[in-house]
Amino acid sequence: MTAAKAATLENKRFTVWVANRTNLAIGIFGLLIVVALALFPTYAGTPLTRRLVDFFTLLALAQFWNLMLGYAGLISVGQQGFIGIGSYTLWLFSDIMHINPFISVIFAAIGGAIIAFPAASLVFKLKGGYLAIGTWVIAEILRLIVANIKRTGGGSGITIQAATKLGTTVRVPGSYWWALASAVIAIAVTYFLLRSRTGLALKAIRDNDLAAESNGVNLWRTKLYTYIIGGAGCAMVGAIVAIHLLRVQPAAAFSINWTGYLIFISVIGGVGTIEGPIIGTIIYFVLRETTSKYGEWYFIVLGILAIIVTVWSPAGIYGYVVRKTNFFLFPLQRKLRMLEGAKE
Amino acid sequence: MIDDLSISVAEGEALGIVGPNGAGKTTWFNLITGAYHQDAGKVIFGGTDITHMPRHERCRAGIGRTFQIPKPFSGMTVFENVLVGATHGRNMKERASYEHCVDILDITGLTKKANVLAGSLTLLDRKRLELSRALATDPKILLLDEIAGGLTEAEVEDLLEEIRKLRQTGVTIVWIEHIVHALLAIVDRITVIQFGRKLCEGDPHEVMNSAEVQACYMGGTPA
Repeated sequence: MTAAKAATLENKRFTVWVANRTNLAIGIFGLLIVVALALFPTYAGTPLTRRLVDFFTLLALAQFWNLMLGYAGLISVGQQGFIGIGSYTLWLFSDIMHINPFISVIFAAIGGAIIAFPAASLVFKLKGGYLAIGTWVIAEILRLIVANIKRTGGGSGITIQAATKLGTTVRVPGSYWWALASAVIAIAVTYFLLRSRTGLALKAIRDNDLAAESNGVNLWRTKLYTYIIGGAGCAMVGAIVAIHLLRVQPAAAFSINWTGYLIFISVIGGVGTIEGPIIGTIIYFVLRETTSKYGEWYFIVLGILAIIVTVWSPAGIYGYVVRKTNFFLFPLQRKLRMLEGAKE
Repeated sequence: MIDDLSISVAEGEALGIVGPNGAGKTTWFNLITGAYHQDAGKVIFGGTDITHMPRHERCRAGIGRTFQIPKPFSGMTVFENVLVGATHGRNMKERASYEHCVDILDITGLTKKANVLAGSLTLLDRKRLELSRALATDPKILLLDEIAGGLTEAEVEDLLEEIRKLRQTGVTIVWIEHIVHALLAIVDRITVIQFGRKLCEGDPHEVMNSAEVQACYMGGTPA
């Protein structure tokens, strides 16, 4: 043992670690997948690229929704309010203020965060199911306001001119990269938030909020951070969807269906883990691509599957994996290792 | 239910609270920690009125508690559980709290189980974890809610050893307990509560031997 190493051991009785070599290998592999996905538009056709935009935007939404429900215990059925706000903020910045639509996405995210702040002070006065209804009411109010503004085309919506002018060769890969980025951002934000000091608070709240508060966790502030991140994230996705679809309509952008998909994805994959929404989104997407041509049978299959999974494993598919193996793709547990031979 | 109950505890004192089920012992703890809000009355801590202080701030001010039915953060490791109290309860950075956590785990004997998920602990270890987590917040006053309840005689002895060590650090202790001999080994004074009111208080042995306390525990009606 070198002298320098011995010196550090003398002062340290322990180390705290989170990830090991296996996790590092998985991380590098994950990074390679992201790089491969980023190159996708260069070799795949437009239809497939466009379909993957749907996939990544849903994955991002599911991840933000999971952060709110799975950790902070916020049951929001009103994230469509933020999706709608994001879509219309994109229109505002790109068509009225003539800022590049791809840059306007950032402003849409900021817009979502700004709306989330007063919305939080209203809905946080409510609990559980009432909170859920409160978030829905706010989304509906936002939809009604937007639908009654003539400048945005009222209920029939408006075309995003700036996005149309980009042309297919720029718009399709551009929105694809933004969609991929949104999914990566959602996962990265969730992961690094959970690794932080606030993450300790979030995990404690997930497990028992009264005990968390009794141990000094500021419940209100932690929930507020989460709600603002959820609002900003969903608005960002809403903006990307607007570029992707070229058109914004209040009935579609503020549709409760968004929340329906997110509930399905989370129930199937499992809340309170980062892996759950990823698995859920993949399953949902595969089902949609294979069964949607059978019309209503598509919904029947989704419903039956959701029931089977909830009965078989209330914590979702990944919840089952964790219970059996305690294995995480995204390591979050802080582990303590006492060092042998350290001086007392 | 609590009705016209006034209890004070001096700094560094160890006070025992006894009383039949439903007397309002845990409710009183819930009022002190802010888990419940009172309709009337005040909570004074170190000369400050904390009646309207949020729960997490009461913890940071120095009120630590354990729950009668342990409430571990079951999806987190033992070390992480203690870390929550050490970082948020003391309002400190995570890295600066590691040392403190290691010391606490050493005192409560949970070092070997530091990386175990709290949800898989035995009852004794859950009680130890409750104690560790409360200690990690650096409390000035420690509220123990039936921490010896449900343990075997040998386990109670283990726990008493740890609580004796705590007494030496000078922390104020208020301890609700049905296991009277455990209380008698630690506390300086005992207060008896019945129907949300104070029945009597004083020297531990005198109080426990008094006729009215005996009557109340044997199911007698209040005088």
